[in-house]
Amino acid sequence: MSVKTLTINDQPIAIEEGKTILDAAKEAGIPIPTLCHLEGVSDVGACRLCLVEVKGINKLLPACVTQVAEGMEISTNTPKLQEYRRMAVELIFAEGNHVCSVCVANNNCELQDVAVEVGMDHSRFVYRFPDRGVDVSHSQFGIDHNRCILCTRCVRVCDEVEGAHVWDVAQRGAACYIVSGMNQPWGEVEACTSCGKCVDACPTGAIFRKGTTTAEKAGDREKLEFLVTAREQGQWTR
Amino acid sequence: MAKTVVIDPVTRIEGHAKISIYLDDAGEVEDARFHVVEYRGFEKFCEGRPFTEMAGITARICGICPVSHLLAAAKTGDKLLAVKVPVAGEKLRRLMNLGQFTQSHALSFFHLSSPDFLLGWDSDPATRNVFGLIAADPDLARAGIRLRQFGQTIIEKLGARKIHAAWAVPGGVRSPLSEEGRTWIRERLPESFETLYTALNLFKQLLDRFTTETEEFGKFPSLFMGLVGKNGEWEHYGGHLRFRDSEGTIIADHLSEDDYHSFIGEAVEPWSYLKFPYYKPLGYPDGIYRVGPLARLNVCDHIGTEAADRELREMRDRAGGLPTSSFFYHYARLIEILAALEKIQQLMDDPDVVSERVRAQAGINELEGVGVSEAPRGTLFHHYKVDENGLIQKVNLIIATGQNNLAMNKTVTQIAKHYIHGNEIPEGLLNRVEAGIRCFDPCLSCSTHAAGQMPLHVELIGADGALLNEVYRR
Ligand code: SF4
Ligand code: FES
Repeated sequence: MSVKTLTINDQPIAIEEGKTILDAAKEAGIPIPTLCHLEGVSDVGACRLCLVEVKGINKLLPACVTQVAEGMEISTNTPKLQEYRRMAVELIFAEGNHVCSVCVANNNCELQDVAVEVGMDHSRFVYRFPDRGVDVSHSQFGIDHNRCILCTRCVRVCDEVEGAHVWDVAQRGAACYIVSGMNQPWGEVEACTSCGKCVDACPTGAIFRKGTTTAEKAGDREKLEFLVTAREQGQWTR
Repeated sequence: MAKTVVIDPVTRIEGHAKISIYLDDAGEVEDARFHVVEYRGFEKFCEGRPFTEMAGITARICGICPVSHLLAAAKTGDKLLAVKVPVAGEKLRRLMNLGQFTQSHALSFFHLSSPDFLLGWDSDPATRNVFGLIAADPDLARAGIRLRQFGQTIIEKLGARKIHAAWAVPGGVRSPLSEEGRTWIRERLPESFETLYTALNLFKQLLDRFTTETEEFGKFPSLFMGLVGKNGEWEHYGGHLRFRDSEGTIIADHLSEDDYHSFIGEAVEPWSYLKFPYYKPLGYPDGIYRVGPLARLNVCDHIGTEAADRELREMRDRAGGLPTSSFFYHYARLIEILAALEKIQQLMDDPDVVSERVRAQAGINELEGVGVSEAPRGTLFHHYKVDENGLIQKVNLIIATGQNNLAMNKTVTQIAKHYIHGNEIPEGLLNRVEAGIRCFDPCLSCSTHAAGQMPLHVELIGADGALLNEVYRR
């Protein structure tokens, strides 16, 4: 297996071919904020939070889906990137209806953490206040589309780890939303095994256990670790 | 020529409030209106949310009594789950409410109202606040602040936060009191009793001097409503609803919150966003009733703890029966703190408060529920309708300040009648009007003059629309 050499923030790094810039940064201990990336499932580059600058390329590249190449000179934290990341998070907040104070995931939310990380104190964009629904037809779980950031982690974990493929993405652009089954109420989707992996994969309070009250959705880190290794180890339940 | 006096704005409460005083042709006060705009839209935007979030959402209605909404929401949730809350869960909810009563009443008495009593209604507004009080009587001020902190800390020990603790949940509570918390509460109790007695004795001495205030600050017959226990004892969490009139006659008893629509009507006036609840059988506005500390003490037969019962008897002796002056709300508040402290003390010896069996689990079993609890300011109703999955279809909230709306209007009218004659707006009027409103402790921003005073604007307008007189205070 061939090895590529490159620099990230002037730090020389050697990493095997086929890995992503995000992998390389991780190995070198250089933090890059992410949201749609979830260890253990494929990457889609949906959130644009992991954008980096590569010398000689005049557009910003998402680290999670860009493979390393020989001699790359990568910067992860330029003022331009800081500004873009902050903007990306602000846009996510302006796009949905994120009310942390009453959210089940308050204090346990990756979106919230990322907002703090990029130094967002308010959104400079006008809030859209879209009219979105809540589906609590499933006997154990619910999905609140107001809090969905369309990272598709639920879609991928359900498809790639559980193999049930309950979730999908419908529509385009601003009308985009996550659907269960053939755009049915979740409770009516026979494919759903009620494994709860999507609950743990969801970075926000969008998918939750029913009955959970404000700030009560505790991120089960162990379960997330399990998701990471599940496919390799061929373990499908915990 | 009829004239109108407008006090605008009264406050910095959510939205906007003002007072208009209407003069008749002879320049005498004919009527006064306390306009309130608050809680607008809250009921609307709860629609479509899972009912489990209601405690979290409604606790945000108010920064001073979030616990009350939390409890009312949790109790409504209990009804939707159709579960019986474990005994320990109920006791812990009670404990939190007692902490809430203590902190809220202490705030009202020490921080907000006592500067008037102790420094004088006509004293310099620049120092007529809690800072002036600290300068004049540092020991009392400090003790008052610590008493409030005692109540706040009980809430914090239980819910891990002083405010907005989403700790009471449908079916019970999230966690019991820790042993460390119990020890802390026990140790702080003696000091809290001592502070309360100091304040109570001081207030009783002052009461003998405040004959005008007792007479003019909203003294009128009305009904009183509140929760009472099985044996007619003082309640703040469970029990049933009772109405009693000023003569002491029980008008209605053993009422269930489930049927509130049959005995509480909600009138709407074009000049206020706040509804006007009234006792239905007597119609509007004759069905005027008061809620809150004085109402709770007036509807109950006894309190059920020794010291508080002694004080209740003394208050009734002083008033020659059930007190009808709204000024007695302050007195009632102190007696309620005493009752709360005694009940907290009892709970500290109860093994249930550290029990782990605090929450019952269930799915949706009922599609409609009404929950009631006593907030420091009065009875609070939450009424939800949900679909079979527990999404809110309809919400109605009946809030204490709303139920006192008619009484506050009457109080303002009475004060204005006493102090306004002709086109002049007497200097002391603003503070008396505020103080009259403050008897009901309607809202923090409204009652706050902790760091300064309420911005007030009084306009005296003739029937032809001409501005006759104007007073500003910011
Ligand atoms: S529901 Fe959660 S996991 Fe699924 S796309 Fe939305 S935010 Fe991502
Ligand atoms: S983590 Fe790379 S685009 Fe979301």
